[in-house]
Amino acid sequence: MANLALIEAINLALASEMARDPDVVVLGEDIGRNGGVFRATVGLLDKFGADRVIDTPLAETLVAAMAIGLSTQGIKPVAEIQFSGFLYPCVDQVVNHATRYRNRTRGRLSCPLVIRAPNGGGIHAPEHHSESLETTFAQMPGIRVVCPSNPARAYGLLLAAIRDPDPVVFLEPTRCYRLFKQPVEDNGEALPLDTCFIDREGSDITLVSWGAMMHDTRLAADKLAEEGISAEVIDVATLKPLDMDTILASVAKTGRCVIVQEAPRAYGPASEIAANLAEHGLLSLFAPVLRVSGYDTVMPLAKQELNYIPDVSRILREVRKVFEIAPKA
Amino acid sequence: MTSENPATTQVAAFAIGYTQYLDAEGHVRAPLPAFARDAAALREMYRTMTMVRAFDRKAVALQRTGQLGTYAACLGQEAVGTAIGLTLRHDDVYIPAYREYAANMLRGVPLQNVLLYWGGDERGMQFPEGTPSHNDFPFSVPIATHIPHAVGVAYAFKLRKQDRVVLASCGDGATSKGDFYEAISSAKVWNLPVVFLVSNNQWAISLPSSRQTGAQTFAQKAFAGGLHGEQCDGNDVIATREVLARAIERARSGGGPSLIEAVTYRLHDHTTADDARRYRSEDEVKAAWERCPIKRLKAHLVAQHGWSEADEVALNDEATANAEKIAQAFLAMPPDQPSAIFDSLYAKLPRQYEWQRDEVVAAGPKGGHH
Repeated sequence: MANLALIEAINLALASEMARDPDVVVLGEDIGRNGGVFRATVGLLDKFGADRVIDTPLAETLVAAMAIGLSTQGIKPVAEIQFSGFLYPCVDQVVNHATRYRNRTRGRLSCPLVIRAPNGGGIHAPEHHSESLETTFAQMPGIRVVCPSNPARAYGLLLAAIRDPDPVVFLEPTRCYRLFKQPVEDNGEALPLDTCFIDREGSDITLVSWGAMMHDTRLAADKLAEEGISAEVIDVATLKPLDMDTILASVAKTGRCVIVQEAPRAYGPASEIAANLAEHGLLSLFAPVLRVSGYDTVMPLAKQELNYIPDVSRILREVRKVFEIAPKA
Repeated sequence: MTSENPATTQVAAFAIGYTQYLDAEGHVRAPLPAFARDAAALREMYRTMTMVRAFDRKAVALQRTGQLGTYAACLGQEAVGTAIGLTLRHDDVYIPAYREYAANMLRGVPLQNVLLYWGGDERGMQFPEGTPSHNDFPFSVPIATHIPHAVGVAYAFKLRKQDRVVLASCGDGATSKGDFYEAISSAKVWNLPVVFLVSNNQWAISLPSSRQTGAQTFAQKAFAGGLHGEQCDGNDVIATREVLARAIERARSGGGPSLIEAVTYRLHDHTTADDARRYRSEDEVKAAWERCPIKRLKAHLVAQHGWSEADEVALNDEATANAEKIAQAFLAMPPDQPSAIFDSLYAKLPRQYEWQRDEVVAAGPKGGHH
């Protein structure tokens, strides 16, 4: 079992599935000889050839649209968009076509495609490289939106995304690409695309997050443990469809919940989860559900990005508010 | 002048090929291709255009009487759709915009499906199994966004070493969008088996084609991308069929993509929700009627192939009866189940949305609007 960083686990999943299924192709800008700007596709060109490792012209609408065309013919394209801000030209294609072809042909055509992109900030990248796009995609019908948080889940979730018969937007935590390593077994086993993962069990409060913020959420849980507070940490992983059952079961146990997201606050997944808790879990709550989030600002450039991105102290601050309202017995 | 600099390289000089066999009066202006010397083939093309025109008239009437939603008429553009339908092979893929009903019909789409679609029912785009149309794309209302799908489809053919071709059609307005350029440019990068067809009907709702481009033609947009580009008289079904057949053969035989501009004219409003009198003169439309594709083929058939008034009456009666039959089939279609809005959303509806489906089913049908 290899000890891999998250980006290496992505690479392993791509190579593994391309070897297993000749219909899988990868496409995007600089993904061939260059191996992708983050090196997610390194080595694939030599292994699988230029027909299946497709360097596209510099046109993001084309990348998404081409993936759609390929997928309608039973090819399983995994398209890479270099940086999250460059996903916006794909939005038209995804919402107007990829998510709709099955429905508007009543099942005659479908789009089993994956669009992968780095998501979120924290790597001192230039403008338009650090946005969090999950809110944009998670409100589209007919899609799955996945945000892995560690190497092993990135591997298993990406396999699942490629095998899924519907379009999947796969948003990878940019600042976790090489942040830590983890043993990842190349066993070809996919993880479920409709279930949250209980990252660690706890009894006093439920911390819910996904993607890169999972790292800070885990650190916050460590800190709380030192203080004698047992936090249950849930990695949502698949934001759409959202597995509220796991979150509700956890909150039924803990009675407290803080949700952590990097995306701007308004209308984000944290709001959706909080609304669901209000609808279905109110009676098990001892305190209001609080959100830690990015601000409703334009994603700042590198000098200010740490003022925007939530961190351990911001998570702990909200957790403490919860315990002020509903102290641990 | 940069051309005096010895480093200047002339890479291209272009003339825009324009193909026309039948002029507006139906006179033969160039030696006809083989298929157009066959009376039966000519009659079949004439029949197709006539059937579609009668259907189109009926569809507008249905809309005007509150029995159909907004409808985009194909009046005056019947030749383009007919040429597409007659030149694509059964296993090729057609990616339409939304106005080439003759092409859909010839590829096996029952025309009541077109009415279902404009009537607000997704089943209209459920083209029947066992027909060439089953592989075709549904209509695409957002302008030009469907065109780059052809690149992916054609790449799939190339990947699988199939000698299939994809044809994507759009209007003149669509050429203003980036999607159009990304598609034609990348198709040539991989030399893919695609035909891009611009049905230049002169008007994108209220804007004339001169407001979409400062170039003299749309066909020449091919040249910067290295594609083959040419024009044809889109109201001459023989010319359009011949030029498309050559482009499809070029694509199939490894010659790469082409951009064909079929010069036609939209005789009707953009849709039934539009009133073209707001932006174009009656004189212009009257002059365009003189170039109508059906009129000129009829003149040719009468002059060269013994088409009689009795033939004409019989065909028109058949076309009218057929349109009526299509309308009746459409009107008799029972409404879709409310649950259908969930049933093709995903391959399998995620359990998270089952309660929403249950709610719609429990509420029962609420009717809906035409």
